[in-house]
Amino acid sequence: MKEIIIIGAGVIGCSIARELSRYDAKITVIERENDVACGTTKANSGVVHGGFDAKPGSKKAFYNVRGNAMFDKLSKELDFPFRRNGAYVLCFDDTKWDGLKKLYDQGIANGVRDVKVVTGDEVRQREPYVSEEVKGALWCPSSGIVSPYEMTIAYAENAVANGVEFVFEKNVERLEKDGDKMKVVCEDGEVYTADLVVNAAGLHSDDLNNTICDKKYRIVPRKGEYMLLDKTSGYLTSTTLFQLPTAMGKGILVVPSVHGNILLGPTAVDIEDKECKDTTYDGLAEAFDKARITMPSLTKKTVITQFTGLRAHADAGDFVIGFAADDLPLYNLIGIESPGLTAAPAIAVDASEEIADYLALSFNKKFNPVRKGIPCFATMTESERAEIIKKNPLYGRIVCRCEVVTEGEIVDSINRPVGAKDLDGVKRRTRAGMGRCQSGFCSERVMEIIARERGIDMTEVTKSGKGSEILVGRVE
Amino acid sequence: MREMICICCPMGCRLTVDDSDLNNVKVSGNTCPRGEKYGKEEVICPKRMVTSVVRVDGGDVAMLSVKTRDAVEKSKIFDALDALKGVVVKAPVKIGDTVVENAAGTGVDFIATKNVSAR
Amino acid sequence: MSVKNLIIIGGGPAGLAAAKSAYDAGERDILILEREDKLGGILNQCIHNGFGLHTFKEELTGPEYAARYIDEVLKRGIEYKLGTTVLSIDKNKRVTCANETDGLQVYEAKAIILACGCRERPRGAINIAGCRTAGIFSAGTAQKLINIDGYMPGKEVVILGSGDIGLIMARRMTFQGAKVKAVVELMPYSSGLNRNIVQCLNDFDIPLMFSHTVVNIKGKGRVSSVVIAKVDEKLVPIKGTEQEIKCDTLLLSVGLLPENELSKMADVKLSPVTGGAIVDDDMMTETDGIFACGNVLHVHDLVDFVSEESEWAGKRAAAYIRGEKTSGDKVAIDAKDGVRYVVPQFVGRNGDETLRLKMRVGNVYKDVKLCVVCDGEEVYAKKCRIVSPGEMETITLNEKQTRALKNCKEAVVCLKAVK
Repeated sequence: MKEIIIIGAGVIGCSIARELSRYDAKITVIERENDVACGTTKANSGVVHGGFDAKPGSKKAFYNVRGNAMFDKLSKELDFPFRRNGAYVLCFDDTKWDGLKKLYDQGIANGVRDVKVVTGDEVRQREPYVSEEVKGALWCPSSGIVSPYEMTIAYAENAVANGVEFVFEKNVERLEKDGDKMKVVCEDGEVYTADLVVNAAGLHSDDLNNTICDKKYRIVPRKGEYMLLDKTSGYLTSTTLFQLPTAMGKGILVVPSVHGNILLGPTAVDIEDKECKDTTYDGLAEAFDKARITMPSLTKKTVITQFTGLRAHADAGDFVIGFAADDLPLYNLIGIESPGLTAAPAIAVDASEEIADYLALSFNKKFNPVRKGIPCFATMTESERAEIIKKNPLYGRIVCRCEVVTEGEIVDSINRPVGAKDLDGVKRRTRAGMGRCQSGFCSERVMEIIARERGIDMTEVTKSGKGSEILVGRVE
Repeated sequence: MREMICICCPMGCRLTVDDSDLNNVKVSGNTCPRGEKYGKEEVICPKRMVTSVVRVDGGDVAMLSVKTRDAVEKSKIFDALDALKGVVVKAPVKIGDTVVENAAGTGVDFIATKNVSAR
Repeated sequence: MSVKNLIIIGGGPAGLAAAKSAYDAGERDILILEREDKLGGILNQCIHNGFGLHTFKEELTGPEYAARYIDEVLKRGIEYKLGTTVLSIDKNKRVTCANETDGLQVYEAKAIILACGCRERPRGAINIAGCRTAGIFSAGTAQKLINIDGYMPGKEVVILGSGDIGLIMARRMTFQGAKVKAVVELMPYSSGLNRNIVQCLNDFDIPLMFSHTVVNIKGKGRVSSVVIAKVDEKLVPIKGTEQEIKCDTLLLSVGLLPENELSKMADVKLSPVTGGAIVDDDMMTETDGIFACGNVLHVHDLVDFVSEESEWAGKRAAAYIRGEKTSGDKVAIDAKDGVRYVVPQFVGRNGDETLRLKMRVGNVYKDVKLCVVCDGEEVYAKKCRIVSPGEMETITLNEKQTRALKNCKEAVVCLKAVK
């Protein structure tokens, strides 16, 4: 059987793993962190873009529009939260109408359906908290929102169900050619051999490519800071609110999350350090102040957390997708920045078909496209709740009171394939600790459950991977 | 000469206590007689209640909270705490049960402040 | 569906006191719903002493104080369920809750007492920039980890906020061998008790830095240092005053918020100032038959006052169930001129019980009097040499003053300068 190694377990790596599992091959995903979706995938706006931003003819435009169209079916198949909430691009200046017109034309050229230019009043009719200063907007009804990490987890779980293996906390150092195969050399000295390597290393996809290919790439981490508002502010908007884009990106958004929070951000600053995930005083202030242009009534009162995401911006400008030029069995996915999340499902389909052709893979007859998520107590009806507690009494123990997450869900999140290993892993899968108290009450209970289910000591429980142990010892 | 904040009421008067002669301590900066008394006690023999926890064996909780039966001289706080190191109490325990006698020679016992049933 | 006369949500100090007094007022059909596996609430982790001076005339630790009330509840045979979380309530007093053994339970109650306490303000709510690594805890979480679970959350600690929990935890961590490097307070004053500043910080030479805040948290995996800076009068950090303190832990003691998620489900009207329900002198919210007391109503500094308020709420809830309605026409009490809020916000015109008003001021004031003014006339005044936001003030009116308040058109509680 042919062996494929995918490096990187973000949305690109995981979606390709799942699509490749439609074929008979031995597929391994190698990830540096202890979980999937730990890089760019976990910290972004969660917008499924309509597709009017990208230049017509670009890969970004092509995959954006195709990817967007796949979300309805995919979200049902893989059971992850997705909503087509529509988006406005707001214009605050009567002299900038041509900016909207340009977006409209791009949208039409890219094949985005139903885009139209509307007046400020039309915007405020739907979203009454939008600024009076808004003169007009582009309306894109096909724009949506998704939980990026839940989508990625769903892909990963379905991949595992179809035979893919994940190796975590393994840092790949370099690639080497080995006859007509590839050698994957890891930092700890371990070496894997594969018939084909998929480079889905996100921010580090340039570095990985550059260890073996003559054609070099460069990724500039583009930092974006966000603020998250409590669900009590969810009424502020149900649609995604962009401002007219700038050279650095799509500007500051006010966007609902699929779980009913409101997200403000991101800023856009090119930096050097690919590991920098700090928020800054100035960055947060900028995110807030600019979001307030869209919605003047915003206050910081309901902010519950802040975070930073890094976009993998390639200096080439467009996505780099395909076999490395140097005639190596290496399939590159470089510079998959926005709209990468939207594009991922379509990229994964094309990439896996190309790879299957290249390796002459046959279909995996046992492939099952359906994945069921963790039953979510918070969104159940009363009778569903009664039923599930009868089946599994642990669903009667509410651990996270803010998000109404039960012990049953937390245990499930730990024990399922590609299960949660630590607090952040549990949080991404169940929302325990995501609420207004930000895990003040439940972190200690979740730690106990993690320790018990994983058979480790409380002092070994981490927040997010090695070196993030939460406790320093026992009380003497 | 020592500066301190009086804790007798929310005023929080800044006291200056002349402790050059412990038989004749002089307090100034206080605005009531309670402040004077407090200032004197604090330089002659300050005392504190000490509270902490010890491990429980076979109980329905992991830790037992304890306190000193009486206040301990401030300078002996950490000696008293040292006496709790490694102490494991067998459940059941009742409030008031002696946990450590005469902690580190302070003459003060640690007693339980929580009822713990056997598991 | 089961029917209960009185459901008390929360088995902490407020719920226990309310249950005891409702029982003593003749009510027998009471159910306490507690989400933890023990009665006593947050007192179980407050192992320090200083509780009970008002109620029991002696100094108790938190668990001892809780045990007194737990004993009273057990002695009366009042029903309670542990490990039981209330999922929803509505204005018709339908209560849905769940636990492991009984599954999902639905009750219809004649009256509900909200006694579900408060929660700590998290880091996100105060917008501290920096990393999001391990090593950042709210003070109460750290307290639970040490005192209930027996684990140390850190070795070298900076504490942001000088509220009482922060101060208590500075001493607690010091007792367990940790080094507390500083307590940093945004305001020019502490909201904690003087006694705690002296006995938790000064005793151990822990610096308390007023008008400072944390502007950055550094670290990979775990906190390795925090950067603090001085703030100006508008509480904005002053550039150039930054200093970095090496530490592995940041504890946050930056305020408590009444936890009113359930209240909102029952259309209980909340005060934007207290974060708790708006109540009348029966401790009844504006939703008929739903009462509130303790920290879910407004954050107290002394548990003794929680008990007292809750005993009153329990007694009045029992009367309500019996059909003794004292409500009806009500007079609003306004908080003005330095007084941030007063609880209750409304007083019924009927009833002859003398009134107790609780309030907090908005700043530190010296040589003032706390006054109750009815239709322009000062009916009560209490001289205070100092009042501060950190200490709740209580006013007890006599019969005559109570009557004046109940019969007036406009009632105001305010501060006036004493010449």
